Amino acid sequence: MRIPCPHCGPRTHEEFTYYGDATVRRPSSSSPDAVAAFYDYVYTRDNPFGLHRELWFHQGGCHEWLVVERDTRNHAIKGAVPARDVFKAGESK
Amino acid sequence: MSSRLAQGGMINRQQACRFAFDGAEYSGYAGDSLASALLANDVRLIGRSFKYHRPRGILSAGPEEPNALVELRSGARREPNTRATDVELYDGLQATSQNRWPSLRFDVQAINGLFSPLFVAGFYYKTFMWPASFWEKVYEPMIRRAAGLGRAALEADPDHYEKSWAHCDVLVIGAGPAGLAAALTAARTGARVILADENFALGGRCLAERRTIDGQPAADWAAQAIAELRSLPDVRLFPRTTVFGVFDDGVYGAVERVNDHLPVPPEFQPRQRVWRFIAKQTVLASGSIERPLVFGNNDLPGVMLAGAVRTYVNRYAVLPGRRAVIFTDNDDGWNTAADLVAAGGQVAAIVDSREPVIVSELSRRFPEIQAIAGEVTGARGGRHVESVEVTSRSGTSRRLDCDLVAMSGGWSPTLHLTSHKGNRPRWDEERSIFVPDMLPAGMRVAGAANGDMTLGEALVTGFRQGLTAAAACGFSGSMPTLPRVTDESTRRVPLWRVRQASGKCFVDFQNDVTADDVELTAHEGYRSIEHLKRYTTLGMATDQGKTSNVTGIALLAQQRSMSIAATGTTTFRPPYTPVAMGALAGHHRGMDFRPTRYAPSHRWASELGASFTESGPWLRAEWFPGPGESAWFAPTCREVKAVRSAVGLCDVSTLGKIDVQGPDALKLIERLYANNFATLAVGRARYGIMLREDGFMFDDGTAARLAENRYLITTTTSHAVQVYQHMHLCHQALWPELDVQFVSVTDQWAQFAIAGPRSRELLQRVLDPQIDLSNQAFPFMAAGEVRLRNGEPARLFRISFSGELAYEIAVPGHDGDSLIRALHAAGQDLGVVPYGLEALNVLRVEKGHVVGSELNGQTTAHDLGIGRMLSTQKDFIGSVLGRRANLIDPARPRLVGIRTVDRNAKLAGGMHFIPQGAKCSIEHDQGHVTSVCYSPILEQWIGLGLLTRGPERHGEKVMVVDPLRGAEALVEVCSPVFIDPEGARLRG
Ligand SMILES: [Zn+2]
Repeated sequence: MRIPCPHCGPRTHEEFTYYGDATVRRPSSSSPDAVAAFYDYVYTRDNPFGLHRELWFHQGGCHEWLVVERDTRNHAIKGAVPARDVFKAGESK
Repeated sequence: MSSRLAQGGMINRQQACRFAFDGAEYSGYAGDSLASALLANDVRLIGRSFKYHRPRGILSAGPEEPNALVELRSGARREPNTRATDVELYDGLQATSQNRWPSLRFDVQAINGLFSPLFVAGFYYKTFMWPASFWEKVYEPMIRRAAGLGRAALEADPDHYEKSWAHCDVLVIGAGPAGLAAALTAARTGARVILADENFALGGRCLAERRTIDGQPAADWAAQAIAELRSLPDVRLFPRTTVFGVFDDGVYGAVERVNDHLPVPPEFQPRQRVWRFIAKQTVLASGSIERPLVFGNNDLPGVMLAGAVRTYVNRYAVLPGRRAVIFTDNDDGWNTAADLVAAGGQVAAIVDSREPVIVSELSRRFPEIQAIAGEVTGARGGRHVESVEVTSRSGTSRRLDCDLVAMSGGWSPTLHLTSHKGNRPRWDEERSIFVPDMLPAGMRVAGAANGDMTLGEALVTGFRQGLTAAAACGFSGSMPTLPRVTDESTRRVPLWRVRQASGKCFVDFQNDVTADDVELTAHEGYRSIEHLKRYTTLGMATDQGKTSNVTGIALLAQQRSMSIAATGTTTFRPPYTPVAMGALAGHHRGMDFRPTRYAPSHRWASELGASFTESGPWLRAEWFPGPGESAWFAPTCREVKAVRSAVGLCDVSTLGKIDVQGPDALKLIERLYANNFATLAVGRARYGIMLREDGFMFDDGTAARLAENRYLITTTTSHAVQVYQHMHLCHQALWPELDVQFVSVTDQWAQFAIAGPRSRELLQRVLDPQIDLSNQAFPFMAAGEVRLRNGEPARLFRISFSGELAYEIAVPGHDGDSLIRALHAAGQDLGVVPYGLEALNVLRVEKGHVVGSELNGQTTAHDLGIGRMLSTQKDFIGSVLGRRANLIDPARPRLVGIRTVDRNAKLAGGMHFIPQGAKCSIEHDQGHVTSVCYSPILEQWIGLGLLTRGPERHGEKVMVVDPLRGAEALVEVCSPVFIDPEGARLRG
């Protein structure tokens, strides 16, 4: 599998570290239901059959966290963008 | 006597190769395979079969070979289960038959054949059911002795293996007619082409068949094609290279046997090289594999595939038998008769299982050869075929003397690589073959691999697919004029097994699975091909059923009266042929498994005779043996005492160091650490703890505020990489709005601990004399920039891991060696000692500091007695879930110190706490001992542990037990801080 790093070009997956779901957002720690919200954030995950957005770290390259869109059925990768762009834009799912 | 033909073949008769098989000396030629050379020397018995130890010879001439497996080379270079048909002959080759005892000709365990009812389908499940205790003592050793393959070498492999990458537009797999054609059209467009073939000679069946292309021998056409490809700048040819696997995104795994054709690889060269080919497009031209026919004793040496017979005759100039019987269910088998006759061999008969009308039509080509419409029911012979029983369609039987049976059950496309990504092939009823269906992205198939079996079809589809593949990469070209080739016929009426057979009829030769086994499986109710595979082990040997799968499926389908299409097929997995583990490991073995990181003081420490140990990726000094000291105990005790009474030096550069800068540096640090940093002044450092978002402990270290917006944080050695990644995740994904930058500077700074009551005195001697190290000027937890006596800049931190008055001094990495030498030299009269990891561990256990054994991913700050550090005033990673009631439950195992009641008793890490008088069982388990050491200060063994309600139990006596090693001791629970609990020394 090769991941198209926006900075380094297509690189083999061994250079990357997988983290997990990029669609969850860290909740506010001050809300009244914070414990429940954090519980969901940390432990509850969808297991999608198909396209999935996930965080990968380019450890062997630019040290950038990427949001990679990967098809869980066949590892086809639709694209990869810097995580900071996705999260700065406040973009959710 | 030799079976070598006087002329012909693609061998170099000027270059003889001497070789040995089972100790006997033989001679062949360069260009031979080991199999062809053995046949040329009339060696027909090569090995014994897996279960029944039946004599086996050479079945095929390629990678599909199930029988002729040998151990190659000897000693540390011994390689088991190599296929003699694939092994390139070289001068000095040594091979040994395997799976026989005491000798190949006389094998005691051939008697297994007499007990063969024991070994029927599912024998593992049926025979060895009862009693259970027999399994380990009787059955398993018996099976293991009876059913073995070759022996791996016991010594370390002395050769090198390497890994490499290559990129191309078009990868062509297989250099037979279709592959050469595809490579030609693709390469002529200017596309970058890689052409790989597993054989040592490129050309595929162009080398094995007496065919012509445009009036010239096919081998000459191939040679011209190869010459043209070699002349093109963007073409790379890889002979001796097996593409063994298809992976995601056009990644293909291949193994190149760079020097397997030499007894010992030349210096600085690898034996094998694992390639990853990155291809935009791929043309698979892997050809086809002939199917054996299923009749009695079809495994006798001398029974061969008909196409393999042609390979031996035409390519290697070897006549594998003097008098042949040909048994076929298709037209192609007849070509073997023609080639044998042309080479001067004798053909006793052609037995064709089809309608007499077909047989008589074909036999007009060979008026002098007896053609029989019928079946071979059984082969006869001891260690080699001597005759066959033939039954004609009219029912008459006769015996024909022969020393070679050439059988053909038609050809199956070699489509393994098309299914590595999970695609199943499709059954083509008309041609009775599986053909590729859905393909991996970017792959197309040409020639026999796609069911286009004739030479003409191979060339046409090869040219076309090469062109299309290049076009898909943006290169254009045109179809060449199609060459003229001779007509061929591939008509076939499948004969899946001979019904009136006498003797065992093998389907899977390598795993000794017979047609009866397959049919028994069907009788016992198994429907799925996957069940057939597992129940009989059909197709599960090292050849993955290359010659047996299709026949096995067909027989199961027949028994269950289902179509073959409905019965299905198994998918193939990488590797296509076995790949040595050494090749996959490449250079990554032993100390080269991963890079070794050396601390800046490494050279100095080695000169002092330090003993080193691996600590994560680092090699660190564990102790520095003094004169007359052995092992770890004496030097460790001496080093600890020196730190507590004088001064010691220790390299702590391996701690992760991260330089954090920017207006929002404090904001990031406040969110990363669980304790407060807002009040940390410039020029001060603070101990900090990081949690994971789930509230458990992640890491600990210090953060020093070097300037208003600049911090230097340290991590544990083991978590350095994870903390750095975590910080990037927090910054890039959680709080990208923070204006902060950070970088790892672990390698850029050498850092040494100077610890002990005389550390200030020693330090003063290497620093600029102007620098004031007094408690007022540089108190405990001070941090700042200083200058060395020579004017060079350094960073100084007054932090202590040992509990003594201590400093850590940091200089740029390349200055580390000179600084540690200067410190060591300057402190001789003060009694300075270097100390290693063992002493470091004793010192920190005595002070109750936690490390990886306590920060084990299952402990909370509360468990470790530092729960009160958690800020309630801010949001930080882990702040919410860390408050969960269960994580701050006082009944959790929590940190305590322990000391043995008997001062002579010993402790071991991992011992479990059991209340005194309670049974040593899981219900009474109250936690475990995490760290232990012998304290030379307290003169007894002490430890740290996680004990249920630990902090409430100081003074209580509990048992610690190690049932695995049969050790136990009574210990007293105490504070984890054994030395100087008030901390007076480190503030001294
Ligand atoms: Zn990158």
